[in-house]
Amino acid sequence: MSGLLFLVRRLGQALLTLLGVILLVFVLFNWVGGDPALILAGKMASAQDLANVRHQLGLDRPLWQQFLDFVGQVLRGDYGESWATHEPVSAIFRSRLGPSLTLLIPMLVLETLVAIAVALLVAALRGSWLDQGVRMVSTVAMSISLLVYIIVGQYVFAYLWGWFPVKGWGDSVLTNLRIYALLPVLLGLFVSVAPSIRLYRSFILEEIDQDFVRTARAKGLSEVRILFVHVLRNAAIPIVTNILMGLPGLLTGAFLLERFFAIPGIGREIILAVERSDFPLIKAITVYVAMATLAVNLLGDLCYRWLDPRVRLE
Amino acid sequence: MTQIYSSRRSENAWSLALRRLWRDPVGRFSLGVVMCYLVLVGMVLAGWLGARWNDPVAVNYAPPTWCASVANRVTLPAGEAWDRSSVIPLYGWTDPLEPLWSEARAAAQRIQPEPVSYRLTLLFGADKWGRDVGQKVLKGTQTSVWVGLVAAFVATFIGTVLGALAGYYGRWVDDLLNGFYGVLTSIPYLLLVFAVAAVFQQKGVGTLILILGLTGWTGVFRLVRAEYLKHRTREYVLAAGALGASHGRRVWVHILPNVSHVILVQFSQNLVGFIKSEVILSFLGFGVPVSSVSWGSMLNEAQNELILGKWWQLGVTTVAMAIFVTALSLLTDALRDALDPRLNS
Repeated sequence: MSGLLFLVRRLGQALLTLLGVILLVFVLFNWVGGDPALILAGKMASAQDLANVRHQLGLDRPLWQQFLDFVGQVLRGDYGESWATHEPVSAIFRSRLGPSLTLLIPMLVLETLVAIAVALLVAALRGSWLDQGVRMVSTVAMSISLLVYIIVGQYVFAYLWGWFPVKGWGDSVLTNLRIYALLPVLLGLFVSVAPSIRLYRSFILEEIDQDFVRTARAKGLSEVRILFVHVLRNAAIPIVTNILMGLPGLLTGAFLLERFFAIPGIGREIILAVERSDFPLIKAITVYVAMATLAVNLLGDLCYRWLDPRVRLE
Repeated sequence: MTQIYSSRRSENAWSLALRRLWRDPVGRFSLGVVMCYLVLVGMVLAGWLGARWNDPVAVNYAPPTWCASVANRVTLPAGEAWDRSSVIPLYGWTDPLEPLWSEARAAAQRIQPEPVSYRLTLLFGADKWGRDVGQKVLKGTQTSVWVGLVAAFVATFIGTVLGALAGYYGRWVDDLLNGFYGVLTSIPYLLLVFAVAAVFQQKGVGTLILILGLTGWTGVFRLVRAEYLKHRTREYVLAAGALGASHGRRVWVHILPNVSHVILVQFSQNLVGFIKSEVILSFLGFGVPVSSVSWGSMLNEAQNELILGKWWQLGVTTVAMAIFVTALSLLTDALRDALDPRLNS
């Protein structure tokens, strides 16, 4: 298949999926979701109040017209106002993205580095007591709810010992990184690193018994060189894929960490929106994130075609 | 003479797998722990255990017995609350509410309430309202495990049916279902769960099961579809078709048993994930209503208790959950090894 045809087909597929997401979100919030006017108008609302709210939100119009409206909103990137605060949804998204990224980017970088290092170590020593120990500890560690880590970590390190502020957020990125984001990042790292180690270990183990490793060893290369150059380079493809797939998740923020540490990010905003039935905000964020996921998938596919000639043969 | 042919029927694949699982000490142990929990859940469901979790039986925040050095029981005399003279100094004024109070006192005289006796310590301590944490954790275990189990059934069922249809029939059925799969998986799991939770306004166990079941079937779908794609052109399926077996028979009678090991492992993996999700949803208040209790709602209470130094509810809930989830994760791995011996080599 020629490159251009492939690109056009994948692009068409992505657009179709996006349309599906828009339809799903619309069906969920405009049809399954019932009548939001009953919530928004309050308990003492008269029939006239309810009708007014419905008219104001455009909910008294036929469903197909509401759907076209929503598609138009997506195309313009303008999702109207939040029902709870009357702030434009796109403004909320933009102002909350910074804190979320301040938290999540250091977490992602640290997690990747630590996970690859530990995974290489335990894969090289596979079957040893260290490998068994890390596997056992990470199984038990993963079975404890991350809520417990956050609750206990915040209580012990911030409240009891006073090493970090209990919660809060500043204006400058540097202050935030240095003071406020430190404990959340460390806790998030601790929670997310165990599954990554397990995954990366399996990626590395898949390469470690291959013929090229045996050849490298037969040539008399040192184990360190084999591990870090030959094995790691080949295991890099699934590892990079895993990191890429996680990137759109940055846009949803860290729900629990942001809530516990009062960080004004997107994750906290989503939880607030669910509590307040603030449908426009949830709709907008869902579509944004789906767009990002589709874009990353598309980019990933194109990269593989370019990097790995075997893919083109299909 | 070596025996080549046996008149015995060859052993069923499932009983073989079960024996392999039993031979693995980790598998045997984790299976035992999971079974214990399931029996516990059954007993709570039947009302034999944990039925009185909502009764205040102790003083507020009664500590666990083994780390407290106080007397074990206190009896609050009845009727004391009606005597107001010691509460509010009147400075010679007459209480304007006196007629009402005397009426109330007279009523109280007639009722003669029993003196209430509260415990000062409990084996696992008490919460803010003096409810037994031991009873609560039994009931909470039942709620969380039950929600996870039923949701995993729902998700596995949806994923299996759709995956089988997509993999077996291919063409437009596959395109359509695969497209739906693509739509659902382009939204991060937790965000999807929150979005669905925002839409369902009614809180409750049923809603939770619906939320988790409707959003969590994609993993099963992907694997079952791949298996059916592989199996539909195998000789045994073609032979069944040549003998006149209908499509439905080929899909559900011939192929399904051959992919059931994939489904079982996915079920157990989903169960772990759903229990963790239920805990997060209930913690945030989108899960079980206040009239019920689960691991998540217990952790929610425990968060505020910890600042007061009352750690027992947090500790008990964490341990109960960690034991079950660890055992279940180990069982999932052991099951995978036992059901698919090729993976071991």
